[in-house]
Amino acid sequence: MTLAEFFSCSLLAFGAPLVMFAFTVANDPVRIIIMIAAAFGWLLSFLLSSLVWYAVVPLRSYLAFGMVFAIIFQEIFRYGMYVLLRKTEAGLKEISENHNIGSNKLEMAYVSGLGFGTMSGAFALINVLADSVGPGTLGLHTGTEYFFVTSAAMTLCMILLNTFWSVIFFSGFDDKNYVKVGWVIVSHFFVSGLSLLNSKELYAATILPSYIVLAITAYIAFKTAGGSARSLMQSISSRS
Amino acid sequence: MSDTGSETEEATEHTALMDGHIAEARPDRVIAERIAKKRKTKPDNQRSYGSVDGVSGAASGSGGSTAPNAAPPPPPPEPQLEELELKYGARHVIKLFVPVTLCMLVVVATISSINFYSVKDVYLAYTPFHEESPYAVTKVWNALANSLILLSVIALMTVLLIVLYKKRCYKIIHGWLILSSLMLLFLFSYLYIEEALRAYNIPMDYITLLFGMWNFGVVGMIVIHWKGPLRLQQAYLIFIAALMALVFIKYLPEWTTWAVLAVISIWDLIAVLTPKGPLRILVETAQERNEPIFPALIYSSTVMYCLAATTTGGTEGGAETRPSSTGAAGRAGAAGAAGEPRARELRPLNPHGSRENETNEAAGAGGDAAGFDSAWRARAQQQRRLRVDTVERAEPPRYTTRIDRPNTAHAAPQPGADDEEKGVKLGLGDFIFYSVLVGKASSYGDWNTTLACFVAILIGLCLTLLLLAILKKALPALPISITFGLIFYFATRCVVKPFADALAAEQVFI
Repeated sequence: MTLAEFFSCSLLAFGAPLVMFAFTVANDPVRIIIMIAAAFGWLLSFLLSSLVWYAVVPLRSYLAFGMVFAIIFQEIFRYGMYVLLRKTEAGLKEISENHNIGSNKLEMAYVSGLGFGTMSGAFALINVLADSVGPGTLGLHTGTEYFFVTSAAMTLCMILLNTFWSVIFFSGFDDKNYVKVGWVIVSHFFVSGLSLLNSKELYAATILPSYIVLAITAYIAFKTAGGSARSLMQSISSRS
Repeated sequence: MSDTGSETEEATEHTALMDGHIAEARPDRVIAERIAKKRKTKPDNQRSYGSVDGVSGAASGSGGSTAPNAAPPPPPPEPQLEELELKYGARHVIKLFVPVTLCMLVVVATISSINFYSVKDVYLAYTPFHEESPYAVTKVWNALANSLILLSVIALMTVLLIVLYKKRCYKIIHGWLILSSLMLLFLFSYLYIEEALRAYNIPMDYITLLFGMWNFGVVGMIVIHWKGPLRLQQAYLIFIAALMALVFIKYLPEWTTWAVLAVISIWDLIAVLTPKGPLRILVETAQERNEPIFPALIYSSTVMYCLAATTTGGTEGGAETRPSSTGAAGRAGAAGAAGEPRARELRPLNPHGSRENETNEAAGAGGDAAGFDSAWRARAQQQRRLRVDTVERAEPPRYTTRIDRPNTAHAAPQPGADDEEKGVKLGLGDFIFYSVLVGKASSYGDWNTTLACFVAILIGLCLTLLLLAILKKALPALPISITFGLIFYFATRCVVKPFADALAAEQVFI
């Protein structure tokens, strides 16, 4: 049973990102490198936010405090990734066989967002997953049996959100459209803030709004990337 | 993706004029492409065929489009050297990422499933201090003393190897290498299998085990020291490195392992970069003699150059601008229970190095292979003049569709010599110590730490390769990666882990 839980939770959380990775990133070395660099960027941001959280001893029990700093650092590093990618664009073109890699600027945004999100998702869930294998499980005595599945669902939400956020964020800076950047930051605060309710086991109140935000963000990202209803239909129908 | 790939390749056989058709032919480019729809179809088409106008003709276009696909491309009749030069970089980095990742994966999987390797009971003879004292200070000096002893053993062995190499005692060196790989392949893998069987509670009789071990070991010896499919050789080298890393993790005291990692990366720096550094001497001597460094010591990822090697044999000539890295010699396993891994480094190819076999091939093929720039051809000619008297191995250029190790096709008198010097190489020592770090990190049961170390090492490797591309000189591969790895290990262990655990327990997502 625990094993089934492990697999279902890991597939729920990482199935979609894995497929995205396999189909869009894995066949291009430069994209893999960008993704790993983004993952490293997220790691650095998390390290810094943990340092802040660790240093401020009296507030250590208030995760909201650490969360705020974590979000700020993440957005700073997202901006850092933006600057880095824009600066190294020429160099990246040089080392890749795909000389048009930078022709769509949001391609890199997507890849780096996926790296960012995957790393954050992995850090959020990987230890939980390792514990879910057993021998024990949650919800028999204390705690809730929904712990693992809600964690996995939220992780998936965060991974996808990070991907879309990066797309919106990058294009926001490209077009000097700071409303988009604002949306990214505000929705990030909103979703993370909502997840504070998880400890009170109000899962419906956190997961539903989070996925609504995810849907809105996905729509914005889709529009930002130049998609339209027609192109979506086209891409689906011509697949057969 | 693979069928799209083939379609793409097919499409590229035609000209770039067929944009519209090509767009039809590759409908299931995925999300990234859909994002790319912003620019409508045009950039999308050009994406893969951009190189058509970049260099020349359909051949280069085909090279450009096939590159992102994993499927082996049907080789263009004339590989473009300009293309090959540009290909250094991203692709090579990935070619190292994959084996490094695999090696770490083996180690981490073993550590987390087989208890034997994380239990401390016996220690190596090289580490006389066992850190059993409760005092931190004692532990520190124990660890330092241990690591210095181990380092001096390694340095001694390196010097010995170089002296032997200088004196051309190839028989002794080869005997030494064969002995150590023999021991690794038989003894250590026997131990490994025994522990694995015990951990999973699988009964097995000695006859089957002996049969399996014998076959495994003999195939390994043949593949590593003589010849065999490149993939198999790579697999064996990865496995050997993983075994060695496991031995280190098992038999080194706790803090000594960390001290050894730190000390060895400093040693690496010294040995490769100082003018009289032993590894530098080794590499330079090998270059002077136009010899490959012992195949048992380096992992080579030369798949992509095999095509060029088979058809022209002379990619060597174009190597000046294509910095490839060669890790010299991660020695695994000396005659003692300890291996003395050494020689972890990357270096660009010797631009003037005309290796015997390549030159022979160049001599054979350079004449009829058209389409090289004149400079390259001149160089090839020169090489031919220099080396025309060596072993007669000229073979007509072959255009295989398989990407394969050329050795398997040619009955090579000197196996490994063909491609050992091309492409990206990394000393097995690098594999070992990367895996030691990640394995050690995973032995505490925190996956975040493992992941952080893994990403940090990969980024370090990336930076090293970047530096290699910039500096184009011999570079040690350990220092940057290990430094990153150590920083992230300790930071994650002390600072990040509590935070991450608190977040996970409260289900707060940031």
